[in-house]
Amino acid sequence: MNLLTVNNLNVSFHIKGIELAALIDVSFTLNRGERIAIVGESGAGKSILGLSIVNLLDKPGYIKSGSVKLENKELSKMNTRQLQEIRGKRIAMIFQDPMMTLNPVLTIGAQLVEAIRSHTRISFKDARNIAIEKLHSVQIASPERRFDQYPHELSGGMRQRVIIASVLLLNPDIIIADEPTTALDVTIQAEIIQLLLDVCHDNSMALILISHDLGVVSRVAERTLVMYAGRIVEEAPTLELINDPQHPYTQGLLNALPQMSLPGQRLNQIQGNMPALNDRPSGCAFHPRCPYATQKCRSEQPNFIYNGISSVSCFLVEDMLEEENSEEDSLDIEYATFHDEGQL
Amino acid sequence: MLTFLFRRLIQAFFVMITISVISFAIQGKLGDPVQQMVGTTVSPAERAHLRQELGLNESFTVQYWHFLKNAAHGNFGISYYYKKPVLDLIFERMPATLELAFCAIILVALFATPFGIYAAIRPRSILSRLIMAFSTLGLSVPIFIVAIFLVYVFSIQLHIAPSFGRGHTIDVFGIWKSGLFTKSGLHHLMLPSITLAFALMPIFIRLIRSEMMEVLHSEYIRFAWSKGLSTNRIYFVHALKNTMLPVITIGGIQAGTLIAYTILTETIFQWPGMGFLFIDAVSRVDTPLISAYLMVVGGIFVTTNTVVDLIYGLVNPTVKLENHGL
Repeated sequence: MNLLTVNNLNVSFHIKGIELAALIDVSFTLNRGERIAIVGESGAGKSILGLSIVNLLDKPGYIKSGSVKLENKELSKMNTRQLQEIRGKRIAMIFQDPMMTLNPVLTIGAQLVEAIRSHTRISFKDARNIAIEKLHSVQIASPERRFDQYPHELSGGMRQRVIIASVLLLNPDIIIADEPTTALDVTIQAEIIQLLLDVCHDNSMALILISHDLGVVSRVAERTLVMYAGRIVEEAPTLELINDPQHPYTQGLLNALPQMSLPGQRLNQIQGNMPALNDRPSGCAFHPRCPYATQKCRSEQPNFIYNGISSVSCFLVEDMLEEENSEEDSLDIEYATFHDEGQL
Repeated sequence: MLTFLFRRLIQAFFVMITISVISFAIQGKLGDPVQQMVGTTVSPAERAHLRQELGLNESFTVQYWHFLKNAAHGNFGISYYYKKPVLDLIFERMPATLELAFCAIILVALFATPFGIYAAIRPRSILSRLIMAFSTLGLSVPIFIVAIFLVYVFSIQLHIAPSFGRGHTIDVFGIWKSGLFTKSGLHHLMLPSITLAFALMPIFIRLIRSEMMEVLHSEYIRFAWSKGLSTNRIYFVHALKNTMLPVITIGGIQAGTLIAYTILTETIFQWPGMGFLFIDAVSRVDTPLISAYLMVVGGIFVTTNTVVDLIYGLVNPTVKLENHGL
């Protein structure tokens, strides 16, 4: 059974009587110990997707329809109390900016111990021991001293380590990391990513990495989902996605990487901007920015089609696939004729 | 800590000097005290003599120097009207004012905190809307209207609370006349302290509400939710502590405002405190009393602000008094 199954998830924001769709028919699965990535530009709905898994959406956002299943438990219908048992214990989250994520007026220790004690009946002393052990496991020097310090006494990288430690406290099945390295400088980024990889490996935890950094994604994730304007437009094993992107948007994202340009040359970019929630184009939402857009793209929403390796939602790919299929069919016929003749 | 206190003391010294200049300077501008003392029947020669005796003919700087020298010895002069040392008069009245302010602060803390928190947590509920409407009303209705309304309802119509005076007081430590320990004293405190609390309550409700709402939208609160903490822990440990930091600072400044409001409240309820004494002194052009009152209130202001900064340093771990001397 899949560890996590998200099926046709629709999330909307209800603002002044108008309903704005932030996620549309999002479906994906996650297996135990698997690491997947969700990529896309800002505003694609990546963070909303991460938050809606444990229903942490701020009002006026809400899950309109669809299901989020952890094994066989339906998370999207749970009340706050039931969700509190899942959050932290089965599914834990890491956020973007470690400077903002820890409460400035509580000690590191207090924030670690409370996480343990809110899920298990255990003495403060035992909880403290677990916390110190986890701090140690994320390579924080002299954890006993850090335990009594406040967040402002730690550097950004150190704080993200503390946050990773706090996520590990209860050995969750899934870690959702929402841009965990965006706010850190490059050398620290590499360390934190390595650390995340290691902890997932060692504890066989599944990881959902939300990122716009394809470099990071290629190091971490086995499978990658590309999001655009609230939909998943492509899903593929990370290697395939990077070597042979199918969707024009994915191609654009990869082309935009600085490595793809020569020094001194203008960086490649996808023309235009991600549409706002209240201004979604008709048909395929990417068509105003797509170099291959046809009349059909402007009016109809393409289906999500599996081509044997990846799944893509694009008419271009659909048409190519159909052509290939028809070629294969004709080959089959030729072969059949040949075969028949041979028999004769 | 000691460096902090020392720096604060130096600051306080200069603040007090400034206040003394102002409070002394207004002495000459409030009208003729001689006129007030002796009336119109006394001859000009005798008046001139009296002026000479009181030192009113000296130059401003000389008069100010005398004032400072005496003030340093705790002598702010003799009240023209009461013919007693002004500082004694003020200290005699001070317990009444401080007790009134204390009760008002307790009331504000007791009601503004839960109301503000509730309005932040459930901003759309009917009760929250009522609380906010009440606070808007409270901000816009002048305090003396509130007082008159309270007197009308509770004293005149319902007869449950006395409308003036301080009731029975008892001596505590021999110097402090307190109304907090007698039934009649507490009874008399009711309306004035409620009135005074009304002056500050709306500001604090709004302050706590807006601070709390801001804190509830912060990343660390979202992280706290993602850890699966209980709702109570998030509201009352994670959010409340951060909410209270700016409230403490504003609270310190507002404590000074509270003293200003005591003047109004005491006048309406005939409360025998410093504010009442001050208003009397103003109407009698009792300049030594006015100056001394301003100095004492300035002193209270400086002290409360220092104490508030000390408390802030204790509550907020990112402020280290030792390092910053702030």
